[in-house]
Amino acid sequence: MNGLTFDIAHLLAGSLVLISFMMLYQDRLFALINVFALHAVVLALSVAWQAYIQDAHHLYITAAIALVFKAIVIPVGLHRIIQRLGIHRDIETAVGIGPTMLAGIGLVTLSMVLMLRVTPEADPLAREDLAFALSIILLGLLVMVTRRNAVSQVVGFMSLENGLVLAATGAKGMPLVVEISVAFSILIAFIVIGVFLFRIRERFDSVDIGALDDYRGERR
Amino acid sequence: MNSTVALLLCGPAAFLATTIMAAGASRLAAATRLVYGATLVISAVLLATAAGHLAGNPGEASATLPLGLPWTGARFRLDGLSAFFLVVVNLGGTITSLYGLGYGRHESLPHRVLPFYPAFLAGMNLVVLANDAFSFLLSWEFMSLASWALVMAHHRDEANRRAGYIYLVMASFGTMALLLAFGLLAGPAGTYAFDAMRTAHPGPFAAGAVLVLMLLGAGSKAGLVPLHAWLPLAHPAAPSHVSALMSGIMTKVAIYGFVRVVFDLLGEPAWWSGVAVLLIGGVTAVLGILHALMEKDLKRLLAYSTIENIGVIFASLGLALAFKANGMPSAAALAFTAALFHVLNHSFFKSLLFFGAGAVLTATGERDMEKLGGLIHRLPVTSFVFLIGCVSISALPPFNGFASEWLVFQAILRSPELPQWGLKVIVPAVGGMLALSAALAAACFVKAFGITFLGRARSAAVERAHEVDRWSLAAMAVLAAFCLLAGILPGFVIDSLSTVTLPLVGERMPVQMAQPWLSIVPIAESRSSYNGLLVFVFITISASLAAFFIHRFASHALRRDIAWGCGFPDAVPAGQYTAVSFAQPIRRVFGGFAFRSRETVDMPAPGALEPARLKVEMHDVAWEIFYQPITGAIDFATERLNHLQFLTIRRYLTLVFLYLVILLLVLALWP
Amino acid sequence: MISQLAVQGAQMLAVLLLAPLLIGFVRKVKARLVRRQGPSLIQPYRDLVRLMRKEVVLADNASWLFRVTPYLIFAATWVAAALVPTFATGLEFSWTADLIVIVALLGSARFFQALAGMDVGTSFGGLGASREVMIASLAEPAMLLTVFSLALLAGATQLSTVAAFMGSPQVGLRVSLGMSLIALVMVAIAENARIPVDNPATHLELTMVHEAMILEYSGRHLAMIELATFLKLLLYMSLISCVFLPWGLDSGGTGPKSLAIGVATYLCKLTVLAILLAVFETAVAKMRVFRVPDFLGAALMLALLGTLLLFVSRSL
Repeated sequence: MNGLTFDIAHLLAGSLVLISFMMLYQDRLFALINVFALHAVVLALSVAWQAYIQDAHHLYITAAIALVFKAIVIPVGLHRIIQRLGIHRDIETAVGIGPTMLAGIGLVTLSMVLMLRVTPEADPLAREDLAFALSIILLGLLVMVTRRNAVSQVVGFMSLENGLVLAATGAKGMPLVVEISVAFSILIAFIVIGVFLFRIRERFDSVDIGALDDYRGERR
Repeated sequence: MNSTVALLLCGPAAFLATTIMAAGASRLAAATRLVYGATLVISAVLLATAAGHLAGNPGEASATLPLGLPWTGARFRLDGLSAFFLVVVNLGGTITSLYGLGYGRHESLPHRVLPFYPAFLAGMNLVVLANDAFSFLLSWEFMSLASWALVMAHHRDEANRRAGYIYLVMASFGTMALLLAFGLLAGPAGTYAFDAMRTAHPGPFAAGAVLVLMLLGAGSKAGLVPLHAWLPLAHPAAPSHVSALMSGIMTKVAIYGFVRVVFDLLGEPAWWSGVAVLLIGGVTAVLGILHALMEKDLKRLLAYSTIENIGVIFASLGLALAFKANGMPSAAALAFTAALFHVLNHSFFKSLLFFGAGAVLTATGERDMEKLGGLIHRLPVTSFVFLIGCVSISALPPFNGFASEWLVFQAILRSPELPQWGLKVIVPAVGGMLALSAALAAACFVKAFGITFLGRARSAAVERAHEVDRWSLAAMAVLAAFCLLAGILPGFVIDSLSTVTLPLVGERMPVQMAQPWLSIVPIAESRSSYNGLLVFVFITISASLAAFFIHRFASHALRRDIAWGCGFPDAVPAGQYTAVSFAQPIRRVFGGFAFRSRETVDMPAPGALEPARLKVEMHDVAWEIFYQPITGAIDFATERLNHLQFLTIRRYLTLVFLYLVILLLVLALWP
Repeated sequence: MISQLAVQGAQMLAVLLLAPLLIGFVRKVKARLVRRQGPSLIQPYRDLVRLMRKEVVLADNASWLFRVTPYLIFAATWVAAALVPTFATGLEFSWTADLIVIVALLGSARFFQALAGMDVGTSFGGLGASREVMIASLAEPAMLLTVFSLALLAGATQLSTVAAFMGSPQVGLRVSLGMSLIALVMVAIAENARIPVDNPATHLELTMVHEAMILEYSGRHLAMIELATFLKLLLYMSLISCVFLPWGLDSGGTGPKSLAIGVATYLCKLTVLAILLAVFETAVAKMRVFRVPDFLGAALMLALLGTLLLFVSRSL
């Protein structure tokens, strides 16, 4: 593999990590969703590039799915949900930005060290890709953990799934059927969560999931 | 017996003689001048001897005196490392004595200071010269006790008594750790001479235990977090010139102890020892300077900033350990030289700053910065040299603090070649911490200088202040000159350190004085170089050029008028920013995790007459996490054991008997 | 030797003369973006000359430090600016200082600026100084970590070597470079007191940081400080362009043609960066002061992450 192809793949995967960090940093919902759309666009680019260099045509379909669903349909849907819920002015962070970013850096370091240690003989592109993918997954989880609002939890969940797709394409092995089914399950999850959001909202007049704790009597 | 060592050993003896003389004559009027004059001369002689050894003869020399334990004698030895630290100690001693000649005259209780001051100097000299565990520990304890007596000089003050008590407890704890470390090093054979320890190599477990014990023992004396709690209490409690000695010099003697054992006696280090030292160093640097930023007592601020600098030095030593363990001697030499250079620099500027604080204390009777302000008009010379100290400690070019921090950063940039993952991750993180602490140090000293010397006077004491005596000013001026010289001629210092680094890490830094234009090039010129002299010259030239052109072509007119301040009348000096308000933004940024700080504003309703109140709550996290549980446990245990005091004699006898039987049982069952 | 010295001298003069023009250009673009006419391009020069001609009004209790500081700030900034390659690398005195020294020189300038802000003893000066050191305490480590990343890639902290390395094909596209670039841009915005961190045009007491520190300055002193501020913006733009857009840089001693190319590309890069800055400043709003630590904290974390990635992936 020559230097430039490696560099571009590396750059795209790394940008995904960077955008995950931007998601950690955003505390406004619209900005968060826009960043998520960007995440999906870069993911689509990255997958397409993998398809090109691996000469694996089915990956183009994955890229197209990522582009259409994650970069367009879901963000637009989320925008409309937020509009209809009237929570577009909400600012929400459960944990401060500084500690969150520090935790994020710790997670990225952890996944780099872990992946580079357990895969010493794989080819460098796959190693880096896996390390980046694991970072994105962990960062997605972190977004979910540190947010109060259900919408941003959905976004965190989706970005986590992006990490899975990145790992799958880098590892050259996931069949198309699995990918399509994953994509559709995500879509269904999205719809379910959307419905769920409206139900929470109807009951509690808020999408702060802290309200659920109140309902269950778990809050102190 | 070697003549140099003999001469160096005469020094402590002369100091002790001065102590005895001071104890007898301390109530005489001339005693102050006599004692400080004597220590000045003795330190200067010792300084010249040690410097001559460091510069001229890189060999080593030793001597044995028939003192101490009957079958060992007291061994002393002079090599590159001890010569360098002797230079640090006696340079500090000389200049502090010079300062003391003037400052000591304002001492209200000279008989509580004068006898212990030479004893303190003698103790520090002996620690550096000792060549067996027994004389090392004895001198170490002597040094601790003498400094404790100096801390307790003004023992009628409740705060000083508490400081002295905590210091005593921590010092005994530290010595205990050192004792155990030497016990492990001596091994079953019980050879207490350093020469024997150097050849015996302890196993990996014992070596790890020695490292931990040294971090506890030497680290508690040097002020590593979380063992630092005594330092900001004890250092400021002593008279200012003694504070300078404790902060600037005694912490360096502790570093000497660490280096002597870990780099010299312990043999080849394990790679993880570097990780431990690096991490502790980085955390110490950041927490130390954050605490300093929150202080409003000038001397306590300086004491906390000592903790920061100790952190920088330990981080650099940790790097050197990591490089040494991985067989990269040239990089180890770079990191080790950086650490020693910072040792020297810190002894310069910290002494200077404590002298300045002492001068402020003499002139105004205040240590609280919130009652000072505007001193630049009253103490022009003191404020100028204090400013130089502030610039140096903030690591700004072209002064000396920057030169050594620059070397530390260069050492950090050598570290991607290290093979271990742990080091790869920790070194850049520690680099970030050091960069953060350097930036915070600049903020801290903007505050220290700005609140104390600039602005308008906040109390009447400042209005009455006038410049201090010539001796003090001379001492401060000498140190300021050293700060500048070491900053613009770092190559000279680096080259003199080569005899120290070569035996300890097996390599030295490339010769610097041969570089054109006296620049320093730690690795290669295409990689990095720094020329403090030219930076200094360039700044001077361009500032004078600018001033010349302005005065040649621009308007000269100048009018004095009341301050503008956006048109707001601002009559009372109390409306200025204070030390606490200056640090408020930084407290809001870092206070959450460093101090668990909390601000509450109590705002009365409109029209109500009571004042609004802002309450800031801060916690010393280290104190709460490490010390309170321990003291709690001790209290609990003593409470439980208290009734042992009220037993009958028969029961005491039973206890002793049972103890004896248990011991015998243990012996019988020992495999 | 002589020609090298001439190039160095030309560069020092060039940055001095170009800096006000750059500010004028940024202001013009900003004005045009909001459909104003805007002052002419050379207005900053006129301002400087006017300030030089005016008398200095000094507060009653201003000390010598207050009067010396403008020259020190100017000198430190100018020396730093002269050490950054603009149109040519391999400058005669480039070995006197590396990137870390340049960062520290700017730190010295800020140190004295903050002190001068506290000298008169008005509450505004203290406010500005206190906020400035808070911003600096995050911006400086972010900058140093960016320098670390560059140094790890190029194997040097020497700016000429870094620029030469970045211009060579072996550099490739690196994620950590991208992170460094973003961190450096964020630091540059904060250090130059631009929107969204600080507003260079404000005189509203609650929002100003930099302006609050220099509130008491007037006449020739203010002119020196303003000129230093202009130089600092030029310095950061030159730094970004020589490290991240290293094309067309003259490598020293290659004749007038390549020098001319160097100058032309340098001017183009400055124009592009200035337009980008103006667009960015027009598009975003100023933050509250206590949002700035988050902004700079993000820069610090990005720089740290970039450095960590390099440390880890260097062993591949």
